[in-house]
Amino acid sequence: MAEPGVTQRLAAAGAAFTDPPAEGTVSTEPGALDAAGTRSPLSGLLGPAGGPVTFEERPFVGKLTLRGDPSNADFMAAAGKVLGTDIPTDPCRFVEHDGFRVHWIGFDNWLIHVPEGAEGPLKTKLEAALEGIHSAIVDVSDYYTVIRVQGAKARRLLQKGCPIDLHPRTFGPGQCAGTVFHHAAIFLAQTDADTDGGASYDIQIRWSFARYLWDYFVDGAREWGG
Amino acid sequence: MLTIKCPWCGEREQIEFTAGGEAHIARPENTAELSDEEWGAYIYTRTNPKGVHYERWVHSHGCGKWFNAVRHTVTDIFWDVYKIGEEKPAVPEDWDGATTRAQYQAATQKTAAPDGNEK
Amino acid sequence: MSQSYRIEGKGRIDRSKPIRFTWNGRSYQGYQGDTLASALLANGVRLVGRSFKYHRPRGIMTAGSEEPNAVVQLEEGARTEPNTRATMAELYDGLTANAQNCWPSVEFDVGALNAKLSRFFPAGFYYKTFMWPAALWEPLYEKIIRRAAGMGESPEEIDPDSYAQHFAHCDVLIAGGGPAGLSAALAAGRTGARVILADEGAEFGGSLLADTVEIAGKPAADWIAETVAELTAMPEVTLLPRTTVSAYYDHNFLTLTERVTDHMGPRADDSVPRQRFWKVRAKQTILAQGAIERPLLFADNDRPGVMLASAARTYINRYGVLPGREIVVFTGNDSAYPAALDAKAAGARVEIVDLRTDPKGPLVDHARAQGIEIHAGCGITGTRGTKALHGCDVAPLSEDGKSLADEPFSIGCDCIAVAGGWNPTVHLHSQARGKLSWDDTKQCFVPGYCQWPTRSAGAGNGTFDLAGCLDEGLKAGAAAAHEAGFGKGAAPEAPAVELSEEGPARQVWIVPSDVPLGHGKKHFHDHQNDVTAADIHLAAREGYVSVEHLKRYTTTGMGTDQGKTSNVNALAVMADIRNARIPEVGTTTFRPPYVPTTFGAIGGQNRRHLFLQERTTPMHAAHVANGAVFEDVGDWKRPWYFPRDGEDMHEAVQRECRQARETCGLLDASTLGKIDIQGPDAAWFLNMMYTNKWDTLAVGKGRYGVMLNEHGMVIDDGVTTRLAENHFHMTTTTGGAARVLGMLEEWLQTEWPERQVYCTSVTEQWAVCTITGPNAKALMADLTDDIDVDPANFPFLAYRTGTVAGAPARVYRISFTGDLAYEVNVPARHGLAVWTTILERGRKHGLVQYGTETMHVLRAEKGFIIVGQDTDGTVTPMDLGMNWIVSKKKDDFIGKRSHSRSDTAREGRKQLVGIMTEDPNVVLPEGAHLVNQPGKPPIAMEGHVTSSYMSPNVGRSIALGLIKGGRDRIGDTLHAPMMDGKTVHKVTLTEPVFFDKEGKRTNG
Repeated sequence: MAEPGVTQRLAAAGAAFTDPPAEGTVSTEPGALDAAGTRSPLSGLLGPAGGPVTFEERPFVGKLTLRGDPSNADFMAAAGKVLGTDIPTDPCRFVEHDGFRVHWIGFDNWLIHVPEGAEGPLKTKLEAALEGIHSAIVDVSDYYTVIRVQGAKARRLLQKGCPIDLHPRTFGPGQCAGTVFHHAAIFLAQTDADTDGGASYDIQIRWSFARYLWDYFVDGAREWGG
Repeated sequence: MLTIKCPWCGEREQIEFTAGGEAHIARPENTAELSDEEWGAYIYTRTNPKGVHYERWVHSHGCGKWFNAVRHTVTDIFWDVYKIGEEKPAVPEDWDGATTRAQYQAATQKTAAPDGNEK
Repeated sequence: MSQSYRIEGKGRIDRSKPIRFTWNGRSYQGYQGDTLASALLANGVRLVGRSFKYHRPRGIMTAGSEEPNAVVQLEEGARTEPNTRATMAELYDGLTANAQNCWPSVEFDVGALNAKLSRFFPAGFYYKTFMWPAALWEPLYEKIIRRAAGMGESPEEIDPDSYAQHFAHCDVLIAGGGPAGLSAALAAGRTGARVILADEGAEFGGSLLADTVEIAGKPAADWIAETVAELTAMPEVTLLPRTTVSAYYDHNFLTLTERVTDHMGPRADDSVPRQRFWKVRAKQTILAQGAIERPLLFADNDRPGVMLASAARTYINRYGVLPGREIVVFTGNDSAYPAALDAKAAGARVEIVDLRTDPKGPLVDHARAQGIEIHAGCGITGTRGTKALHGCDVAPLSEDGKSLADEPFSIGCDCIAVAGGWNPTVHLHSQARGKLSWDDTKQCFVPGYCQWPTRSAGAGNGTFDLAGCLDEGLKAGAAAAHEAGFGKGAAPEAPAVELSEEGPARQVWIVPSDVPLGHGKKHFHDHQNDVTAADIHLAAREGYVSVEHLKRYTTTGMGTDQGKTSNVNALAVMADIRNARIPEVGTTTFRPPYVPTTFGAIGGQNRRHLFLQERTTPMHAAHVANGAVFEDVGDWKRPWYFPRDGEDMHEAVQRECRQARETCGLLDASTLGKIDIQGPDAAWFLNMMYTNKWDTLAVGKGRYGVMLNEHGMVIDDGVTTRLAENHFHMTTTTGGAARVLGMLEEWLQTEWPERQVYCTSVTEQWAVCTITGPNAKALMADLTDDIDVDPANFPFLAYRTGTVAGAPARVYRISFTGDLAYEVNVPARHGLAVWTTILERGRKHGLVQYGTETMHVLRAEKGFIIVGQDTDGTVTPMDLGMNWIVSKKKDDFIGKRSHSRSDTAREGRKQLVGIMTEDPNVVLPEGAHLVNQPGKPPIAMEGHVTSSYMSPNVGRSIALGLIKGGRDRIGDTLHAPMMDGKTVHKVTLTEPVFFDKEGKRTNG
């Protein structure tokens, strides 16, 4: 085994790893702690490079859920002002503004994606702006991770387990949906359409289901040389 | 495997939903004042009809929202869906469970129109 | 015998590509484009199997998926597949197949003795023979039946191939790519609609592939090629050859099985799936699966060499194989005449036995002109030959067709091509709840009303002429596309086809013989399950006249072919007996799948590590590295215990339990459900959801709560902490996380939408390290600089935020062990590092990491319940002795009213108590029942053990249980009889707290 196990790599990253006094055994988990002492669920895993479908983890995307009453003009105005854009009221749509992405999840429920680290300041700003208005902002950055799937076969790969119709006639850039991929609940957003008939999707998946989904993608991409 | 229309997200596969039983069974206000029979009726008694059924669904793996639906229990065809708090839609007596509300209304209009080119 | 039955220059096979294959251990040659069936026939192999019950020699009967006889065991070892239809198995180099259902060989079959004993195998044989004594069912009868049944062998090794699933949506799904299906695809495709066209064959064309007809002045093959080329060029049309539409479910959901690489044979590389299971939602469907020819019911109609006339023609024209050199065509209609003509042209000696007394028309004239002798008004009364057909007896029939009008005469032949009319393939229509109606003119069932948006076209709709098929297909395609929102619904004009007019048919459902039915000769209608017309007569005599009873009693139509060739004939025999019309007898409902489908395809990728998701916590890598043994808790993999060198589970758990109480212990509690609850009505809401009061809870403090359903029964528990005036953090059990959130949402959305509360699951946002034990405080002090961990300043059930092991943390003073404990919650990304840091810093504090088993023991020592283990949905808080948690001050909460219902309020309900065995070393099995006095059953059960462990801290075994009236019986002696029927353990009921009864340890 040329590849060092997680124990060794964790040790290299400065983490103690023994249950006193027993020395641990080698793990098959490839991920290790990063320099900041944090670790994402798919850390270290690599998807197929090149080829008609590629996928990769986007670790630590900042994620906030925003709850509020869309019929409350004060709420809509205050939230929109902080975000710099009207929050979407059309079902299954998202808007992008200044590195923020605001997704419609439910009629009173939005998911905001921001660059890593921006979630804290944004939460503070939103909470201040929504003071006295019934609303809730919850940091779920670590609840989920995001897998970006793209390429000519991206849609085919997703349709191996996702029952919603991703055909360009019914689903396109700017659309998002809560749905399933076999046993996993996923939140899917189409970020852009490629020119070669493929597309790019961000799949938000719960931390504990991320490996399952990843392994499914790895297995599913094999027929295209993944 | 049914196709169910979420009032917000549109038509989705049944595996995204969870069934919630009969609709319009309000929780009694003053539970302490109810007789055993009245309380028992609230928690146990359901209509279980052959035909038109007002029922609840939740788009559990989609937007997470509850809604109501009218389904024909023989054909499994939905007359329509409606949001919580919206009025219970009336179903025409001659509805045989073979069409959706939209199809039924289109057919009725076609029959009514004198120049309708009904096949 | 090297392909001596090949016809020079005929067929769609590629003679430049010879293929070697092995049948029953012998090597043969065929060509690219052959099926196993056509290659066997080309080599003169007639005998391909033994029948199911009588082990009679059987040959290839059809050229399609309806084949009842030639079902073979394909390949060997891990890839072996039973019940493969030789007529559908495309030949590939190295193919290996064996006859199934015969032993030791198809040529010499011991089971054929059954044929000699056939009068002992009547309808209902198994029911009658193996009825008594019933006790012998499992040990004896089942084995005999299984052995005799011999439906092939399952592979015993793991399937080395890969499979895939694919969800698809389309405007129009077309099942069947023959003349009607191709036409439909063309018409629908031209509108721009999304079309899927699936055909079970290797090539599109269906019946046209075996025909010599011209379409639009060109050979049919050219029309097929042009049509397929046009469809291929349409970006929204998906063409799926080798794909069977196998099931039609509600709301136009259909499943298709695509045989992606089966025709290439076994491959070492499994990256491309062998089969793909399509799950298609279609706005509209067009069923164009064609029709299956009906065999004729005549005496000994099962000899190898008897086949459908349409199959004979397919072998001649499509595969270039002569099915016999001396062919008798036995028919009651004109549709078999082209087969006779093609056979004659290919060099066979052909005679026609026609049930009609005066057949006429252009086809009949043509046959006569070719010198084919026609025996009009005659039927076949018997056949000769055992392993191969070598002759038949023919006699003129009476006017009513029920008896012979003259003595039989013999004709030598090695093939009888039978044509008893056509049955539209209505299976999918029927699966879709479609009604069937009987067409008296065509003498067949045709599709009737269906509630789903579907239409049938072509032969599958009872339209048997080619011009009609093309026209109907085009119209169906245009109409379906229009209803799906594409095109105006106008169909393109159908191409011209030269019609050969067919004369009227004569239907004789049971062809008489020189002996009475069932005496010495057999009229088989179900060839696969060996059911004869005489069996139906017997069933009728015994009162099984309803179709559903008949089917089960005689097993007709219950083979792997689902009676595709036999059902209507069986109905006709019953109709004859009952003197009723066929539709009055009825028809059985067709059920999916249309053809046998491999489990591999249905499972797709959902196997091995993808069969069920394994959910793991952020600390999982450490657990693996530290040698944890994992327990499945729902989908979660939780560390069960952490054995050290040489320890078994018991030793490891005892060590972990002791050490956690003596020094300190560390548990990964990340799987606990966590819900963020916010809003002005949050406290009101918690008051409704929990039995105790929440509006009085101070900010920064937590409280234990139990949650009930409206029946008043405990469904979950956990500690909820007030983070701010209108902000709570709820914890639930691991298994209850999703269920509890679902329940909260259900009440909020459907019952109290006006209440201002928002719930958000945060279960996996937080990694949770629980530190417990006397040294927990000291360890915590080593981990944090900004939280005062002294219990004096950080009291039980309080909550603090700060930095722990370098990570931002929320710390809760919650204890599930009864000892001083801290639940350290950190964002999941920090979980692994914090865990390993705690382990390292814990070294000097004697820290032990422990798993779920130790967690269970420690909480049981304190009598803390686990919902789902000590409760089962029938237990109230009062049953658990937790009256203290049920508020008497609140007017209402979920489940409150049920507590005053008579059964919930009665005396003598099962209540939670402690259970001590007389022998402290005995650990009772969980689930063990307790009785007052041991004795002979039946004994009244007093209750059962819910939790049971060896507790090192109590120094003996301890148990919890639910016992009738248990709270009033503390100190009583009961007995626990064991499964061995001999051992009985004496036990005493106790209070359900075994350790630190005063609760002194909570604050260290």
